[in-house]
Amino acid sequence: MIELDNVAYNYGGAELFSGLDLQLAAGSFHFLTGPSGAGKTTLLKLCYGELVATSGQARLFGQDARGLDRDAVAQTRRRIGVVHQDCQFLDHLTLAENIALPLTVSGRTASADDLSDLLGWVGLSKQTEQFPPQLSGGERQRAALARAVIMSPEVILADEPTGNVDWEMSQRLLSLLVELNKMGKTILIATHDISLIRAAKAQVSARVLRLKDRRLQLAGADL
Amino acid sequence: MDVLNRLLELLAGDPQADRAVPPTGFTARLTVLSAAAMAFLAVFALALSLATGRLADRWSAELAKTSTLRISAPQDQMDAQTRAALTVLQSTPGVAEARPLSADEQRALLAPWFGPDLPVESLPIPQLIEIIEDADGYDATGLRARLQAEVPGAVLDDHTRWREPLVEAASRLRLLGIVSLALIAVTTAAMITLAAHAALAANAQVIRVMRLVGARDIYIARAFVRRFTLRALLGAAMGTTLGTLAILLLPRADAAGGFLTGLGFQGWHWLWPLVIPALAGLVAFVATRQAALRTLKEQS
Ligand SMILES: Nc1ncnc2c1ncn2[C@@H]1O[C@H](COP(=O)(O)OP(=O)(O)OP(=O)(O)O)[C@@H](O)[C@H]1O
Ligand SMILES: [Mg+2]
Repeated sequence: MIELDNVAYNYGGAELFSGLDLQLAAGSFHFLTGPSGAGKTTLLKLCYGELVATSGQARLFGQDARGLDRDAVAQTRRRIGVVHQDCQFLDHLTLAENIALPLTVSGRTASADDLSDLLGWVGLSKQTEQFPPQLSGGERQRAALARAVIMSPEVILADEPTGNVDWEMSQRLLSLLVELNKMGKTILIATHDISLIRAAKAQVSARVLRLKDRRLQLAGADL
Repeated sequence: MDVLNRLLELLAGDPQADRAVPPTGFTARLTVLSAAAMAFLAVFALALSLATGRLADRWSAELAKTSTLRISAPQDQMDAQTRAALTVLQSTPGVAEARPLSADEQRALLAPWFGPDLPVESLPIPQLIEIIEDADGYDATGLRARLQAEVPGAVLDDHTRWREPLVEAASRLRLLGIVSLALIAVTTAAMITLAAHAALAANAQVIRVMRLVGARDIYIARAFVRRFTLRALLGAAMGTTLGTLAILLLPRADAAGGFLTGLGFQGWHWLWPLVIPALAGLVAFVATRQAALRTLKEQS
């Protein structure tokens, strides 16, 4: 699905990471950990084509990300659901409209049933008509996950999807991702939350990658 | 037709896409206002070019029509000179018809001054010959020279020729009207382009989010284009209505007012202003579309 091949990236200064390889095979489940500032978010941005590698090659669904034109990038993003660390909502749209936005921009409409099922699962049934600035950090994160999965994308990239929610809710969100993985979706979660990783490994076979000191490594079995 | 199809598709609309781009009250009102002002001006430019066009046509038609030959001669030579003049005229290229006025016609012409009972036959008044020109007209200088040689008592009066510079001025005014219309269209396009640029810049973050969830540029552009096209249509419709009303309410003096009160529309020409909002919509559509697609290409 997504492959990074000998990739390096810098924001104009020193290399954030280099010589980095990553393969997200179809149906795989990955965690990405590492210290704050190591470049996890940056790595995810390479995976959905918001950033282009300084060197090396990123292949999204077999296509070199560097060669994609605007429309092709848009097309690719419809196949990848992303939970952004900073959520990225449109503040003038209601929560329901924000969650349905990926469908809207691709010319489809959300079935009311699907939407309310999804909102129910992430515990936001009562907030559908509220606007993002009126929501708590955890509510926004849950909405971001709902928006990421509404298109039923082949790949889901989640950046700290449980950073602001309680343990119980984080388990609910995790089980949603696990269920999607069992349906064949490819999942990558960037997180600091070790207990989330442990809980996931009890349910699926997940690989844990650690980004540290400019390298990406497989984490030890203790995780 | 491609543009038309896209325009119709656009006006049919996609309320969801419209919602995705937040309303910008200030640029919206400015766009409506300027479109209205431009349409108002366009109505007058249109009325001006139509009115001056009519004037030019009428005057040049009158120009082409007639001139008069006046023969003053002693009574006994009158018939001979008239015949000679007719011979000359009939052999002059550009003269379609030459006809001596009858005594009755001459009396009718003089009646306003001398009353109906004037004994025309017994008075030494000149004989008039009406000359009707063909489309090309005749060479007045050449004709005068020949008449001088053959009909000493003849005076050629091509009295309508003084209007020639007026006809030219009227044609020039019509041209100015058309140039004004073109300038108004260009200004409208420039103004809407600026407004669209401002709206796109103000919504950079919205555009970013829409792209993140997979919106294509054309989709984002359409939301802006639709908005500005509708605003331009609305503004232009208001401006056109006001402009047309203003022309309708111009004091309608009698014919003596001439050109000034002739500034208006006649008959089916009243339909012409309807073209203005449609044109404004088209201009807004093309201008916003270009601006949006270009800006989106630059924004990354
Ligand atoms: N747009 C940017 N311009 C310049 N530097 C940036 C930019 N975005 C991120 N960085 C820098 O790149 C480094 C990696 O940032 P990134 O957001 O990828 O880290 P992260 O691993 O996701 O951290 P966290 O766990 O805190 O989310 C940071 O030092 C950050 O300051
Ligand atoms: Mg991060």
